[in-house]
Amino acid sequence: MSCGENCGCGHGGGAAKKVASAGGADAAFDLLSRLKSEAGSIAAPTAGAPNVYHAKGVIYFAKEPKVSHGVKAPGWMRGMRITKIRIVSQTFFFALFLFFIFVTWFSKLKGYPVSMFLEVDPLVGVVTAISTHTVYRHLVWSVVLLAPTLLLGRWFCNWMCPYGTLHQFIGWLFNTRRNIDKVAINRYRPLFQLKYILLIMFALLALFGALQIGLLDPICIMYRTFTTTVAPASDLAVDRTSGALANHGLNADWLHALTFKPGAPEQRVFYAAWFVGLAILFLVGMNLVIPRFFCRVLCPLGAFLGVLSRFALWRIDRDVTRCTDCNLCMSHCEGASDPQAALRKSECFVCFNCIDDCPEDALSFRFMPVKKHKPVEGKLFGKPVISKLPDTERPWPALTRRRLLLTAVTGVLAYPFLRLSAAVNPRAFDRKAIRPPGSVAENEFLERCIKCDQCINVCPTNVLQPATFMQAGLEGLWTPVMDMRIGFCQLNCTLCSEVCPTGAIQKISTEKKLGLGQFAADGPISLGTAFFNRGRCLPWAMETPCVVCEEVCPVSPKAIGTYDEQIKRWDGTIVTLNKPYMRPELCIGCGLCEHECPVADDKAVYVTSVGETRSKDRSLLLRSRRT
Amino acid sequence: MSDDAKQREEQQLKAQARRENALAPRERRPEDWPSRREFIKRVGAAALLAGGAGYLWLAPEDWPLSLRDNTGERGKPQQPVFRLKKYRVDPASGAKVLGVARGNNYEQMLRMAIGALGGLEHFIRKGDVVLIKPNVAFDRAPKLGATTNPEVLGVLIKLLHEAGASEVRVADNPIESPENCFAKSGIADAAARSGASLYLPSPTSFETLEVPGAKLIARWPFFARPFRGVDKVIGVAPIKDHNLCHASMCTKNWYGLLGGRRNQFHQDIHNIVADLALMMSPTFVILDASRILMKNGPTGGDLSDVVPGHTLVAATDQIAADAFGYSELLGRKSDLPQYLYNARDRGLGNPDWRNMSMKEEQVG
Repeated sequence: MSCGENCGCGHGGGAAKKVASAGGADAAFDLLSRLKSEAGSIAAPTAGAPNVYHAKGVIYFAKEPKVSHGVKAPGWMRGMRITKIRIVSQTFFFALFLFFIFVTWFSKLKGYPVSMFLEVDPLVGVVTAISTHTVYRHLVWSVVLLAPTLLLGRWFCNWMCPYGTLHQFIGWLFNTRRNIDKVAINRYRPLFQLKYILLIMFALLALFGALQIGLLDPICIMYRTFTTTVAPASDLAVDRTSGALANHGLNADWLHALTFKPGAPEQRVFYAAWFVGLAILFLVGMNLVIPRFFCRVLCPLGAFLGVLSRFALWRIDRDVTRCTDCNLCMSHCEGASDPQAALRKSECFVCFNCIDDCPEDALSFRFMPVKKHKPVEGKLFGKPVISKLPDTERPWPALTRRRLLLTAVTGVLAYPFLRLSAAVNPRAFDRKAIRPPGSVAENEFLERCIKCDQCINVCPTNVLQPATFMQAGLEGLWTPVMDMRIGFCQLNCTLCSEVCPTGAIQKISTEKKLGLGQFAADGPISLGTAFFNRGRCLPWAMETPCVVCEEVCPVSPKAIGTYDEQIKRWDGTIVTLNKPYMRPELCIGCGLCEHECPVADDKAVYVTSVGETRSKDRSLLLRSRRT
Repeated sequence: MSDDAKQREEQQLKAQARRENALAPRERRPEDWPSRREFIKRVGAAALLAGGAGYLWLAPEDWPLSLRDNTGERGKPQQPVFRLKKYRVDPASGAKVLGVARGNNYEQMLRMAIGALGGLEHFIRKGDVVLIKPNVAFDRAPKLGATTNPEVLGVLIKLLHEAGASEVRVADNPIESPENCFAKSGIADAAARSGASLYLPSPTSFETLEVPGAKLIARWPFFARPFRGVDKVIGVAPIKDHNLCHASMCTKNWYGLLGGRRNQFHQDIHNIVADLALMMSPTFVILDASRILMKNGPTGGDLSDVVPGHTLVAATDQIAADAFGYSELLGRKSDLPQYLYNARDRGLGNPDWRNMSMKEEQVG
C-alpha cells in the first residue's frame, strides 16, 4: 500500500519512483530505502511501498491532527494546529487556577474544589504517601495526572501547570532573541540535572518524615505566592482605586466585585511577603536568561514527571531520513529536550513547538516509535558500507550513578540537620508556633504540611501566617502559624480544615471544634492558652479601666473573669477597675482577647501554644477542661 | 635588519599612527557649529528649565505652584474630615417619644411602635436613601441574642420600601470577621431577601469624622462609605448585658461605625457612649428586645444566657429608649448606667422615660 499525498508522513509516491530506477547515485537511495525499512522493522521493502514507517489508521499528531495512510482528518480538525490547542488548554487551566484562588473565601467558596490543583499534583500525592504511608482524602485524584503522564510524557508541564504557563508567557512576551540565539539558548545543559537531585533529596527527607517538597513544588509556589502577595496587592489596588474615584464623586462600588477578599476591614498582611514576592519575580525574571529556568532547573514536580516519562508510550519522533539537521526545532523547544538529536524524553514538555517549527515535516508525535536501529550493510558507490541510523531517544534523566550516590548521602544527612533544630523539638518549640484548629501533633504536621498556604488564603481574619525561620526553623518555613496581633481564630470557622489538601489540618466540623453534640465529652479544641502580663495591663499596672479582653472573650461562660475594685487614683479620682484573670480550663486560645487588647505592640494578654489540645508534649493543666 | 623585519616595523608604525589618529579630536569645521536658531533654542530651553525649577524651589510658600515648605507642615498628609448631618426629623404633632410593642408578630409590633412616633410616613419621604445600622458585632447565630434579630430587620426593610424608600442600606463594622458575622447572624440573608444592599467595611471605606464638642472622638476614623448620599438613619440594636458599661443598647450600637484603635474606648466607656449619642442623631431607633441577652454579654454564646423578650421599642430619643430597656427589659434594679446621665448632662436625650409621652400596647 502506498502513502497518499495527504498522508503527511512525507514519504509519498515520489520517493518510490527514485528507488525503482538504477544507477550509481540511485544506489544511495536504495540504501536509504533499506535503512528506512529496517528502521521500521516491518516487512522488507517492496516496490511502491518504501514507507512503512507507521502503522495504518493510527491518529497521530504532526503540524495538525492527521490520520495515517491517506485518510483525511475531519475539516475542523485540520485547521487546528496542535500548538493552538495547547495554548487553549494552558489558558483554560490558568484561568481555572485564578478562579479557584478567587473563590477561596468564605462568601465565595460554595463547594468549589479550590485545592484541586494541589490534589491532582502527583508529587504531593506520592511524597505525602511516602511520609505518612497514607493517601489523604482527595489526594487520590493525582491518579488522573499520573496515568496520562505514563502514556504521553510530561504533558502536565506545558498543558496544565499554571506556573509553567506563567513562565512560558513571560519568556515569550519579553523575548528579544533572534532565531539563531534561541537555538543556542534552548540547548540542553548539565545544570538541568539539578531538579532530579532536589527530587531525590526531597523524597529521602519524606522517607524520614520531613516533608519539604512545598519549598519548590510549582503548584505550592503558585498558591503561596497568590495568597501572600498577588491577591493582597490586587485588593489593595482595587480598594485604593475605588476609594480615589469615590473621592472624586464617582461611584466605584462595582469595582469591589474584583476583590479577592471582600469584607476585610483592614489590608491583609503576611510575614515576609516581600520574600515570597521577590522570589517569584526573580524566578520569572530568570526566563530572560534561561527560558523556563524554573521548569528546567528547579522543578521537583517536573523531575518526578520526567522520571515517569521514561515509560511514556508516545513521544516526539524524528524521521532521520528527512531531517536536514537545521536545528530549527530547538528555536522554541520549551524543555530543552534535544529534539534535533536523541530526544531527552524526561526533559520533553510535549509542547509540540518543534513539530510546528520543522520545515521538513521530520518531526511527529508517535506511538511507540522505534528506539534503536539495527546496523544495515549495503553498497554505496560500489563499496560495501555498514550504516546505522542514530538513536532518536534518550529515556532516562542524565544523572550519573556517582552523582546519584552523592545526592542520596546529602539527602540522608539533611534529615538530622533539619530535625536537630530546636524549633521543631518538643523541648524547645517556639511559643508562637500556634497551629490552626484541627492540626495534628507537630511531628505529624511536618510530615503532612506542604506549605501551600491554602489555609492562610481562606482564613477570614488574616490570623494565619506563613511561618518564618523564627517560629519553626527551616523545616517549618511557610507552614501556617497564628499571629493573634494580626487576627484571631474565628469561633465558628473551620475553613482552613476544609481546604487543607494533605490533612496537616484535619477536616473538622464546628461541633468538633467547639466540643458540642457528640464531641461534648472531648471539649473544644484548644489552640493554646492566654496569659496576662500584669505589668502591661491597664487595670493591673496603670490604674486605668479597660477589660476589652473580658468583653470580647467568645466562650460561655467567659474564660476571662475580673476582680472588681474601687480605688483612688494618683490624681484623687475614684475609679472602678475590673482587673482581669484567666480561667485556664475554659480558654480555647482563640486570641480574640490578644487581638483586641489596646496595648498594641506587646500585648498585655497573649496566647502561646502551651495547653494546645493536639499534643501531649505541650499540655499545661493536669485536669482537662470541664471536669 | 632584514627586509622582512623592516617591513613589519613599518607596518607597526603605520598602525600606531592610525590608532592615534582615530583617538585625536577632530577639528571642528564651521559646518559643525549649531545655527543661530539652534543656539537660541538650546539656550532658551536651558533657561526655561532652570528658571522653572528655580521658581518651584525658591518661591515663597504662598505663591502659586511653590513647593517650598519652611516648617515641614505642608509636606504632611492632609486628612480631609467630614461631618455627619443630623438625620433627626421634627416630631409629628401628638407623637410619642417612646412606642413599646409587646407580642410575637414583628410586623404588627413594628407598625404599632413606629406608629406611636407618628408612623413611617412621617419619617420617610418618597425616594429617601435609608441606612439601617444593626448590631452584627459577633459571629453568632440569631438565637444566641448577641446580634440584631434578622426577622425584625427584614420586616423593617419591607416597611421602609412600602413607605417609599428608594434604597435601604445595611452597614456595620463588626468586631469579628465581617462576612462571617453578617452570614452567621442571618443579617446578610435577611437584607438580601428583603432587597436591601449590604455594606461591609474595606480599608478605604473609613474617613475621618469630625464631631464638634465630642470629648474623645472629635476626630476619628468612621465607616463613611455607606453614608454617601444617605437621607435617613435608623439604628436597630439588640439589648445585651455588658460587664463594663452594664448594658449595650441603642447608643452603644453606634460604636460599630467607628474604625481605628477603637479598643481604647473602654478606658472611658461612659464618655464614649455619650459621645456616640452626640455623633449620631438618628431619624429614630429600634430597641430589639425580641431576645434579651441577660448575662455573659456582649458576646453571649450559650442559649442559657438568653431569655425571650417579646418586645420592640421605637424611640426618637435613644437615651430614653436605653433607660427604658435597662430598667424594664433587662430588669436591672440598680441605678442607670453613668453614660445615660452623661448624655443627659450634654443635652443629648432624657433618661427619665417614666415622665415622657409613651405608648405601650400588646399586639399580635
